[in-house]
Amino acid sequence: MQEFRLPDPGEGLTEAEIVSWRVRPGDSVAVNDVLLEVETAKSLVELPSPFEGTVEALLVEEGQTVEVGTPIIRVSGGDPDEVESGKPTEETVEADASGGAVLVGYGVRGGAETRRRKPRTVQDPPAPEPPTPAAPEPPVPAEPHDASGPVLAKPPVRKLAKDLGVDLRQVTATGPIGDVTRDDVQRAAQAPAAAQPAASARVAWSGGREERIPVKGVRRATALAMAQSAFTAPHVSVFTEVDATRTMELVKRLKASDAFAGVKVSPLLIMAKAILWAIERSPEVNSTFSPEELVVHRYVNLGIAAATPRGLLVPNIKDAQELSLVDLARAIEQLTLTAREGRTPPADMQHGTFTITNIGVFGMDTGTPILNPGESGIIALGAIRQKPWVVDGEVRPRWVTTVGGSFDHRAVDGDTISRFVADVASILEEPALLVE
Amino acid sequence: MTDAQPIRLLDEAGEAVVTAENEPWRAIADELSTDDRLAMHGEMLRTRRFDVEAGHLQRQGKLGLWVPSLGQEGAQVGAAWAARPQDTLFPSYREHLIALHRGVDMLQIIDIFRGAAHGGWSPTEVPGMRIYSLVIATHALHATGYAMGIGLDGASGTGDASADEAVMAFYGDGAASQGDASEGLVFAASYDAPIVFFVQNNKWAISVPSTRQSRFPLHERARGFGLAAAWVDGNDPLASFAVSRRMLDDARQGRPGYIEADTYRMGAHTTSDDPTRYRSRDEEEAWARRDPIARLAAHLRSLGVDDAALAEQEQRAADEAADMRRRALEATAAASDDIFDHVYAEPHPLVAEQKAALAAFEASFGSDA
Repeated sequence: MQEFRLPDPGEGLTEAEIVSWRVRPGDSVAVNDVLLEVETAKSLVELPSPFEGTVEALLVEEGQTVEVGTPIIRVSGGDPDEVESGKPTEETVEADASGGAVLVGYGVRGGAETRRRKPRTVQDPPAPEPPTPAAPEPPVPAEPHDASGPVLAKPPVRKLAKDLGVDLRQVTATGPIGDVTRDDVQRAAQAPAAAQPAASARVAWSGGREERIPVKGVRRATALAMAQSAFTAPHVSVFTEVDATRTMELVKRLKASDAFAGVKVSPLLIMAKAILWAIERSPEVNSTFSPEELVVHRYVNLGIAAATPRGLLVPNIKDAQELSLVDLARAIEQLTLTAREGRTPPADMQHGTFTITNIGVFGMDTGTPILNPGESGIIALGAIRQKPWVVDGEVRPRWVTTVGGSFDHRAVDGDTISRFVADVASILEEPALLVE
Repeated sequence: MTDAQPIRLLDEAGEAVVTAENEPWRAIADELSTDDRLAMHGEMLRTRRFDVEAGHLQRQGKLGLWVPSLGQEGAQVGAAWAARPQDTLFPSYREHLIALHRGVDMLQIIDIFRGAAHGGWSPTEVPGMRIYSLVIATHALHATGYAMGIGLDGASGTGDASADEAVMAFYGDGAASQGDASEGLVFAASYDAPIVFFVQNNKWAISVPSTRQSRFPLHERARGFGLAAAWVDGNDPLASFAVSRRMLDDARQGRPGYIEADTYRMGAHTTSDDPTRYRSRDEEEAWARRDPIARLAAHLRSLGVDDAALAEQEQRAADEAADMRRRALEATAAASDDIFDHVYAEPHPLVAEQKAALAAFEASFGSDA
């Protein structure tokens, strides 16, 4: 039985996301066969098998992010001599607070677990590997430690506690393995009296009272971009409801046509084309504002907001104004496919000039989207539903949607914005206007 | 004047390139027998297999880092064969073929990247092969200083190429942007130091293209510093040999030189790098067609070397890589004492204190450690 623990595929990385497995239980693998693909903060990498044998179990699901050192796959058989040589013995320890069962930098989670001896051979990477259950659990201990047992804390944290005069045994540990973190120490130092809640008995849901998710990667980038945009560009949002029945009919006809065979056609495509058409009539919405000058772009790098496994990404189609309808459809399909696979290259996300956010796919009617920084307009495509609509004095069921969007009021004023949104709406109402 | 083309003796298909301009270089390459050329091919294969296996070990958590040299074996094998036994070579951290050629054990290179050794080998054990320099371009200065020392010792400049010493410093287009690299050129030129700077322009300084950092060709830049300079097709092992041999022999006579080898880093900068984020698949495929190993293999076939000989080299390289893997997995961790023992030549109280502190820390794990 051999377990492969997630190695640090970069320099000093602590975790990685399991992107896809290339093997299944029952498969036989040879040394250096690719087992899986992981994504770290730095890159997508393939991990080759250190073992030969038969895959017994995949211990981590795709999409999960796990710490370095977590067992991710179990392989049986093969030549045990080859792979086991130099492998440290494993031992079972009681992972309670009663005695030295904790290595520096990592600790032991609840329950009896196996852990390895301190590495003495190249079989183990330099850092001690933390024992971790297959499925990540939220932090467990949220109480001050039993004063009689050792406290888990990394050396710099111990130093900080010492400097601040904080007794580590009295600190509520919130670290991922029940260790005391810097923040814990600082909190304890700032509020010595309030630092120890009475026994946290009211943990209604499993795990600790709070789950702490580090803000990094795409989340961090999104946070910075949204805050920057929201607090520098004065947003003005407008909406108009429109009868999109003819757009739906056009989509249906295009789907059936030979020219669009094999290409995904959706209302989003007509919306994209409508925006390109409307930008031509109101170029100021396709601009970048700075205090010195307003740069009006004579091209459209049309961004499409996409919810991806990595988070919100806004890849854009370069020079979208040059594309025919069918090429635009292909470009949108390619863009969203790549984004969903989590493979959008950074270049695709740079130099956007205008964005569409398709919140209709989530069933929303409209919203007040926040501008992508550096852009002056963003349009939200709402859900398209059948609604009662007055046509020639009679109420009829029609496909109705809301076209809404936000604009940078530094760059454009109400008249331009209204004309632009009305233009977009008019195309959804009568896509035949595109032929002019 | 800008060279229009790098010096080339074999084209991408391994066919001989015969022009009036490359005649002097062809004459030098003619020194290499077919057996020599076959041996060069063997070294490239051996390095490639070693390199790939080390990359796997890193992905399996056995190495902290790996620095692949894939694609640069052709430039390196030419330089390695051109250097004479009395020459001293200062590598960066990507010169695996150079190190192996000089007799460094594969595991000594591995030891650096698994964090078991700072240097890997002693230059006294592997004569003329200095240790890897992980700090970018510092060794351009070390090498230049060493070459100046050779000059002051009178160990070169006698006119006897078989005895006069020379130095070769290896670095890349990224390192060429470092101040140390330029200072090395200034001192080499000022002191007529017996040194050749062998710069592998592999096109990418991690994610920055060489065209951005080097607006003017590197070999032209070197001429501006007063060095003789040449531009060679780095994926042509024979051209690399001829140019290196000639420039090293010129350096022995007090004419320092600079070689820009036009090559390509086919792999990542290191295992921490993901090149798909900054360069195109098309570019990588275009360079894959210029693989120096395939080029020399084609040339060998044209010389009548049979496939069995090449297959045997392939097998030997694979066996050696597997053996390296086995030994790497069996290798023990370095004693932490080693970290301290080579900091100063003589005992130092601060180092002694740190050594004792680490020993106490490790002992605190008890018998479990």
